[in-house]
Amino acid sequence: MVDVAMSGPRGPKPKKAFSTRNIMLYGTLILVSVYYLLPLYVMIVTSLKGMPEIRLGNVFSPPLEITTAAWTKAWSEACTGINCDGLSRGFWNSVQILIPSVVLSIAVASVNGYALSHWKFKGSELFFTILIIGAFIPYQTMLYPIVILLREIGLMGDLGGLVLVHTVFGMPILTLLFRNYFTSIPEELFKAARVDGARFWGIYFRIMLPMALPIFVVAMILQVTGIWNDFLFGVIYTKPDTYPMTVQLNNIVNSVQGVKEYNVNMAATLLTGLVPLVIYFASGKLFVRGIAAGAVKG
Amino acid sequence: MSNHSVEIRNLDLSFGAVEVLKDLNLDIHEGEFLVLLGSSGCGKSTLLNCIAGLLDVTDGQIFIKGKNVTWAEPSDRGIGMVFQSYALYPQMTVEGNLSFGLKNARLPKDEIEKRVARAAEILQIGPLLKRKPGALSGGQRQRVAIGRALVRDVDVFLFDEPLSNLDAKLRADLRVELKRLHEQLQNTMIYVTHDQVEAMTLADRIAIMKGGQVMQLDSPANIYNKPRNRYVAGFIGSPAMNFIEGELSGGVFKADGFEASLAGYDWASETPADGPVTLGLRPEHILTEDQVDNGTVTTEVLADLVEPMGADTLVWSSLAGHPFRFRMDGQATVKGGDTVRIGIDMTRASVFDVTSELRL
Repeated sequence: MVDVAMSGPRGPKPKKAFSTRNIMLYGTLILVSVYYLLPLYVMIVTSLKGMPEIRLGNVFSPPLEITTAAWTKAWSEACTGINCDGLSRGFWNSVQILIPSVVLSIAVASVNGYALSHWKFKGSELFFTILIIGAFIPYQTMLYPIVILLREIGLMGDLGGLVLVHTVFGMPILTLLFRNYFTSIPEELFKAARVDGARFWGIYFRIMLPMALPIFVVAMILQVTGIWNDFLFGVIYTKPDTYPMTVQLNNIVNSVQGVKEYNVNMAATLLTGLVPLVIYFASGKLFVRGIAAGAVKG
Repeated sequence: MSNHSVEIRNLDLSFGAVEVLKDLNLDIHEGEFLVLLGSSGCGKSTLLNCIAGLLDVTDGQIFIKGKNVTWAEPSDRGIGMVFQSYALYPQMTVEGNLSFGLKNARLPKDEIEKRVARAAEILQIGPLLKRKPGALSGGQRQRVAIGRALVRDVDVFLFDEPLSNLDAKLRADLRVELKRLHEQLQNTMIYVTHDQVEAMTLADRIAIMKGGQVMQLDSPANIYNKPRNRYVAGFIGSPAMNFIEGELSGGVFKADGFEASLAGYDWASETPADGPVTLGLRPEHILTEDQVDNGTVTTEVLADLVEPMGADTLVWSSLAGHPFRFRMDGQATVKGGDTVRIGIDMTRASVFDVTSELRL
């Protein structure tokens, strides 16, 4: 009896490295990764080649002679229309659009969400519903009314106008995001702060903001990628001088005159995609840490 | 105005069509420990929130220290509040939590330090001052929450089920501490709970609430011994009071096969007219074994089920066709199927009207 007990299975069950489960799991993961990474690889390789090498047609082969000429050209020499200063102009335009839009939309939406979750007023639920419906209306239907609106307030073609448009269109989803997050903060915490003499702004800045770091990171990622990648509003509400980077990229890649410079196109595309990429890498860790920190009970 | 610390006049509160508090009046004396007791949904927490100013009342007035505070901000009412979930600010240290209210009131720095130090000393949380709430145990957190009310130097403390999140042993410890704190500070305290042990042990007076109204406001002893109506009688006491339906005729209670004279019973008013009544008997007031003959009446019941609990034994049986429980000594040798002789002291019983359910 004792011997049987001693000789039976004991401790963790041994696992085989090449079990069917592992092969399926890692096989699928590798396959999917290759599927997504291959185009990126082609882009990087092509952007580092010269035109004669590209014409040979070996898309997947690494560059024989590495040159950054295409990158330089894409950044500062490529022509769109009469301007021949590459993507750099668009980059700075985009930065000028991005920073105020992100800051303004997050600032307003977080206060919105805070008020809608903890300072309910008569009709606040209706107000919130109307705001959310805004998220489901296709942008296309609102393009022309906004043109008129911007014209009337004198912001048509101005970067300020585009900032306003981005702020307004970010409002439904961001308000929803912040409202849901603030609702999850216990009501009693808010009551305790009121007994302690804090008012609307005191509670917002001293109690709610410090607890809301994770949701601010989420909102920032959403807004930075959304606004940076925006093409529709950019092409409509600005003029060539103030085109954001995405619009300029399109103008470079889709220009019909002369030779198709694939290396310049690839470099320009990579340059444009760099900002959201950096944001993901930089905030990813903060994002995860923020979520974990938010889980601590009060 | 008077020596009333908190006065509530004709208070109504409705959420839409739901009436939570109905024409509620309550006077709380200076330095009194008042417990609001009731099952969930009876409006006790709502009432506390109204006193704190966290809910706008639909109608009526609230006075604190003779001042009408019905429209005042919570922070201007001279109250401190302790919540069930502690509600400590997670990103602040214990010290930050304690001083938050004082900083909002723009008190001078040395005054804040003095008050925090005093609260920390009273509650013995001095070594925890630099820690964040996340690094504290449940009992320590609740102590900090009490400290947060303490530093504000208020007239009235409000407790919203402060011990309900703690485990049984800690709850008992902190209960004693709260009682000691009240004796030391002599502040008015209003304490909401659904735990009758907390209510009985802590309170100077208990207000039993049901359906947004106060059923009875009295000392714990009176609530236990002379419940004003059948609801209060059934709510207070564990195991709950036995109720036997019967007739009152000529000062004698008669039910199916059971008769007992109510001579010596302390009637609420003059001796009531004959008619149907409900007799209430507490399981712990039933006399057994050598005590049997101390009762005003004796009878025999069949033990149906026996629950030994160590200190005492609970016997389930039936009397006059109604379920009947009584308590015996823990050492009693009784088992299911035994016939047990019991004595009942009718002067300790409660008699209720069948329709109005009020104590007779």
